[in-house]
Amino acid sequence: MSDPPPTPLLTLRGIGKSFLGVRVLDGVDLDVAPGEVHAVVGENGAGKSTLMKIVSGGHAPDGGTVEFAGATRTFRGPRDAQRAGIGIIHQEFNLLPERTVAENVYLGHEPVRRGLVDRRGMLDRTTRLLASIGETTLPADARVGQLGVAQQQVVEIAKALALDARLLIMDEPTAALADHEVELLYGLVRRLQERGIGLLYVSHRLAEVFDLSGRITVLKDGRRVTTVDTASTTADELVRHMVGRELSSYYPDRAAPEDRGPVRLNLRDAGNRKLRDVNLQLRAGEVLGIGGLQGSGRSALARAIFGVSPFTTGDVTLDDRPVRLRSPRTAMRAGIAYVTEDRKGEGIVPRQSVLDNALLASRAVFAARSGRAARTARVRELLAAVEIRGAGDDQEIRFLSGGNQQKVVLARWLALNPRILLFDEPTRGIDVGAKSAIHDLVRRLARDGAAVLMISSDLPELLGMSDRIVVMRDGHVAGELPAGATEEEVVALAVGTVREKAQ
Amino acid sequence: MQTVQPRSLPLRLPRMRPGGVLPILAILAVLLVLVGIRQPDFLAPQSLMSFLGRSAPIILLAAGQYFVIVSGEFDLSVGSLVTAQVVVAARLIDSDPSRTWPVVLLLLAFGALVGLVNGLITTRLRVPSFITTLGMFLILVGAVYLWSDGAPKGGLSEEFRRFGRRAFEDVPLLGRVPYALLVLVVLAVAAVLLMRSDFGRTLVAVGDNPRTAELSGVRVWRTRTFAFILSGLAAAVAAILLGGYSGVSFQAGAGLEFGAITAVVLGGVALGGGRGAVVGAMLGALTLELLFALMNFYGVSGALRSTVQGGIILLAVAVSATRSSSR
Repeated sequence: MSDPPPTPLLTLRGIGKSFLGVRVLDGVDLDVAPGEVHAVVGENGAGKSTLMKIVSGGHAPDGGTVEFAGATRTFRGPRDAQRAGIGIIHQEFNLLPERTVAENVYLGHEPVRRGLVDRRGMLDRTTRLLASIGETTLPADARVGQLGVAQQQVVEIAKALALDARLLIMDEPTAALADHEVELLYGLVRRLQERGIGLLYVSHRLAEVFDLSGRITVLKDGRRVTTVDTASTTADELVRHMVGRELSSYYPDRAAPEDRGPVRLNLRDAGNRKLRDVNLQLRAGEVLGIGGLQGSGRSALARAIFGVSPFTTGDVTLDDRPVRLRSPRTAMRAGIAYVTEDRKGEGIVPRQSVLDNALLASRAVFAARSGRAARTARVRELLAAVEIRGAGDDQEIRFLSGGNQQKVVLARWLALNPRILLFDEPTRGIDVGAKSAIHDLVRRLARDGAAVLMISSDLPELLGMSDRIVVMRDGHVAGELPAGATEEEVVALAVGTVREKAQ
Repeated sequence: MQTVQPRSLPLRLPRMRPGGVLPILAILAVLLVLVGIRQPDFLAPQSLMSFLGRSAPIILLAAGQYFVIVSGEFDLSVGSLVTAQVVVAARLIDSDPSRTWPVVLLLLAFGALVGLVNGLITTRLRVPSFITTLGMFLILVGAVYLWSDGAPKGGLSEEFRRFGRRAFEDVPLLGRVPYALLVLVVLAVAAVLLMRSDFGRTLVAVGDNPRTAELSGVRVWRTRTFAFILSGLAAAVAAILLGGYSGVSFQAGAGLEFGAITAVVLGGVALGGGRGAVVGAMLGALTLELLFALMNFYGVSGALRSTVQGGIILLAVAVSATRSSSR
């Protein structure tokens, strides 16, 4: 452990917390200096969110002390912590979409003049506030619902600053951002640092952690494993601290050329409202990676194939037979499965049991095909095979970690014996252990003859998993890269710095 | 590849499941004790059987309402549907016993049709069910007045009325068992079995997260429409029992939709869908009826019924909301 910088802004000493007798945090020490970015990393379930909730007043610790700005504090709630100067930017934003930027920034403490809200003053102050963090293109009177995700994040940050936050907690701030927006966030973080604001930065993406932070604290099973200076560590070392495993064993072997089977799915000049002239072949036995920026049509492609927003032009053939995939049901009947990007909103039925979640698709589409008992037995086997740890089949799925939830969703689709699998960000927001389990599973499915299409924003994952990579841009295919391509090649195609291959 | 070290288990302790039937059973038990103290006679088999028979219509309506609520919708039309059914039955039967069975079948079809229309308007035209069924409520009220020129006509046959009035006499141990109670038991068992079936599990999943259900191949509109049809059918059966028991009037079904919704909420079913058991909803209805009986024994004015219902809805929703936000 390195020496803490002088006069920390926040000091946590021996923080402990139990829920219903289960220890989720145990004796955690951590400090943040003004102007420092302190990253907190760890697998899901390591206690990061609980720790952040304790700092921001959402939970009271069972043990230990929270010292902020020189005094020991006991926050009675999030508002109390806010007033003290601690702001938190959650993964999911807390904004009113129908209101303007200024109204959101000053929500609940609007500047008042002669008993009325001073609209003019509020706009001016918001504009100045935004300018002070280098944001000059965002109008203070814009409706928040019309802004992009990155700009909404700026509004969230401005909201915290309007309350004179001196410590900002960012929980997976880049999870919702496209790659080029991440750069903007970096700039923002640096300007916050310059203002002397301390940042607690929680992220799964180690690249960001290395780019931004001064120190890194690794949590594992509710305990602090270590705190290191970012400059003196490596990604491999961090991952070892998190899981006790080498980064090099991360991706399973690719398919050998002779393992690739015939073309399963063939798109010719396919398009709809979001896609145009997509030509694509998906072979049995391969993992086809789909790269591109967010909004480039990657998800639209998967959703079109799965019949959610079907293709309106062009031809689709499945095993050389023309098909029209008009709805998820028809796609499922054709042997296609789709693991969505938004697990919480589209992947799980949160308050139902693990078993009910895993049975959802078989019940809906193939109810008549097999007996109930056989179907349930098969799904239980699949749940055991994907190794959901620490949860019974009867537990409500919302209490599971993201990684375990994703495994349940996988079991749901595997129960249908799909021949084509579409994965949209299959490992987003998932801890390292579950991530590699899912990678292994995806590869095993391909080896067993399934055709796999995998969308990923995580470039190492895309490059590590794919047998071929198709990069999308502006709703069409910008180009194709073989296995062994570099991150630079993918990015160049995605942002359009290289000429497209003629199609 | 090395294996990952086992981690400590996340929260997994025996806990009272939200949406379970334990709370409503506890409330029911407390009420039974209170009734027993005040009016011990009430707990004798004879009067208990009769009470259960009288409660059958509202319990069935609660079950019907449950299907709709657990799928994430509302059905406000059941009260006026019951009224319409009773008035229609009286006019069509016109005291002619031979028309009894055809009219019973017609009422069931009528109930299913109203449910189908509610369901299709809600799911296909995307009108919120609160509005759809409120509109249906008003349409039925007006249509019934119009059709019967302002006063109920005709009369029910004795054959029709026996469903709600008669009983198996001299049953060992129990004494008199109303037909209505038999109907209730059969349909309650059917409802429980339905909720354990693929359809039932899918229905709750639709209420919990319709997007996920749709993307897993569920035809959400069909599932929800079927729930409305079940509610309409429950209203038809309730109307047949009620018509026999309390006769024909424009007030036959007044307020029953709120009674059913109160019962469902009291039974631990989440408004907005996705959680709760059909048994809980039915026990909720029974509890509500028992509460009214108790109020009666203590001389509380019957005029307070709707006040009590309103209070229960607010309290039950508030309790479940604070419980779910505290985790």
